[in-house]
Amino acid sequence: MKQKFNIITSTCVPLPMENVDTDQIIPARFLKATTREEKFFGDNLFRDWRYNADGTLNNDFVLNNPKYSGCILVAGKNFGSGSSREHAAWAIAGYGFRVVISSFFADIHKNNELNNFVLPVVVSEAFLAELFASIDADAKTEVEVDLPNQTVTNKATGRSEHFDINAYKKHCLMNGLDDIDFLVENKQKTEQWEQANK
Amino acid sequence: MNTLFDKIWDKHVVQQVEDGPTQLYIDRLYCHEVTSPQAFDGMRARGLKCFRPQQIFCMPDHNTPTHDQDKPIEDPVSRKQVDTLAKNAAEFGLTHYGMMSKDNGIIHVVGPEKGLSLPGMTIVCGDSHTSTHGAMGAVAFGIGTSEVEMVMASQCILQQKPKSMRITINGVLGKGVTPKDVALYLMAQITTSGATGYFIEYAGSTVKAMSMEGRLTLCNLSIEMGARGGFIAPDSTTFNYLKGREYAPKGEAWDKAVAYWKTLKSGDDAVFDKELSFNAADIEPRVTYGTNPGMGIGITESLPPAPSKGRESYEKAMNYMQFEAGQKLLGTKVDYVFLGACTNGRIEDFRAFAHLVKGRHKSPDVVAWLVPGSWAVDKQIREEGLDKVLEAAGFEIRQPGCSACLAMNDDKVPAGKLAVSTSNRNFEGRQGPGSRTILASPLTAAAAAITGVITDPRELI
Repeated sequence: MKQKFNIITSTCVPLPMENVDTDQIIPARFLKATTREEKFFGDNLFRDWRYNADGTLNNDFVLNNPKYSGCILVAGKNFGSGSSREHAAWAIAGYGFRVVISSFFADIHKNNELNNFVLPVVVSEAFLAELFASIDADAKTEVEVDLPNQTVTNKATGRSEHFDINAYKKHCLMNGLDDIDFLVENKQKTEQWEQANK
Repeated sequence: MNTLFDKIWDKHVVQQVEDGPTQLYIDRLYCHEVTSPQAFDGMRARGLKCFRPQQIFCMPDHNTPTHDQDKPIEDPVSRKQVDTLAKNAAEFGLTHYGMMSKDNGIIHVVGPEKGLSLPGMTIVCGDSHTSTHGAMGAVAFGIGTSEVEMVMASQCILQQKPKSMRITINGVLGKGVTPKDVALYLMAQITTSGATGYFIEYAGSTVKAMSMEGRLTLCNLSIEMGARGGFIAPDSTTFNYLKGREYAPKGEAWDKAVAYWKTLKSGDDAVFDKELSFNAADIEPRVTYGTNPGMGIGITESLPPAPSKGRESYEKAMNYMQFEAGQKLLGTKVDYVFLGACTNGRIEDFRAFAHLVKGRHKSPDVVAWLVPGSWAVDKQIREEGLDKVLEAAGFEIRQPGCSACLAMNDDKVPAGKLAVSTSNRNFEGRQGPGSRTILASPLTAAAAAITGVITDPRELI
């Protein structure tokens, strides 16, 4: 869970679909769990796209295509829209993805990924289109995500882009820290705020 | 600058983290059974107690069945999740409105009706439709489970301040056009990601004229435009709604609160990061046709052709919904009708539905689920005699909960069946694996329930 993050180089799994909502990432019927077992959620990542209604594998879906592997998911625009369910981020992490690259993320899901040490990397539409083309041409295309320098590189074309992340969150990811540690340490400031706003 | 959003947000800033997010104070945390158990587990693992337990309210709503709530839940997994919330609330000393308690219902219906959600507050819940509470003039937004744990542990959250957007709608809504249609219209105009990164303030004469229930519907759907939240500056409609409610301030405290609430509005010189304007006259009853809420049309319109960008997603949606570009939806056979959810499960929605079906009879080919948003709504339905009207027309009222909006309980639309639903999402499989959803207003849902096909409600009013 709290994996320290630095530089990741990996092949990619492409999902060019736009507006992938969190109901697709993990359908509601898998939200009844009361524990946070990553394997359970990972096994059911994209459940209704991965499996046919009769429970057999849907061989047309990218996760079932042996050509593609790696810990980087490359997704179409507006990834993670809809429900706030953090189970979607648990499923992505549980499956083994450590980075999701897209041109646009829904706000709540983006935070959920960060809180689970999965790095959402926002790239330009041109970078994303080129990356999909590279992966299409060669499934072994690698991408390097360098968190310290905040760069993402398509190693097939050499195209590199800077990505944004605030310094605090970058520090957390690189050092395996989470927000609750910070907030508990800052309780006194919270009490001062309460005193001033009674 | 100087927007109402700035005023509420800035007042709640505990500190600005250097080169990082804001530590924001949260007035109210709501917890339901689905997105809280792992947060409570995290608290236990860290050996923490809730920092401000009196500001946290819990109730099950997602898994609750809409029949026989007095009996144990049949599905053992659902039952365990609902029981876990009760146990956690007791262990951490939190208020809990259990199933069958007269206080229970959908969290986003109960919060406003109990006066727990008040103007000027910051409100969060592990549920994207927390934006609903923005109708009270609050900054309310959905969060993930890790963030729920943050608030339990510290009554604070770390967030980047969103940008501000004002959507102004002016004019009088036409016959048969409801706040739901306004929201569906906005989504189609700006897409489901058009407001991502923003908090929306809704303004203009159309919004001002909306009842509290209508405003709750509009703000509820802010997330379907991608926004973190949406709100409406509090006014006399808000104050009249809140006065006398259980948790609303009383006596002198009420007068003081109202005096403060009256200051909660954007300045005349307010500068928004984005401003959009629309005319009420352009809006007709709406229906969706695709697999995201932004894929919608006016009920008399034809389905648009595939867009040049995003063709693959469009075709996948059409294939799933079994519709074709260029066709009309009017006259399409409907199998299920769902009235309810945090979007349209309030008294006004039941009044509208009952008004349309009065003196008519439900189509024998339609299965209709009418699910009040809370026991308080159920009580009012009966007090107003709407239950009699609905029963005479062949409808049955079920027990409160989220129900078929996300089908975590038994209320699942079977694969391939078409539902006209007053809920908020038409995603693939949302109302059950393989289900096909058309989002619409309570009036449009009522019209479909009577005729058995998609029908312009204006023809029946």
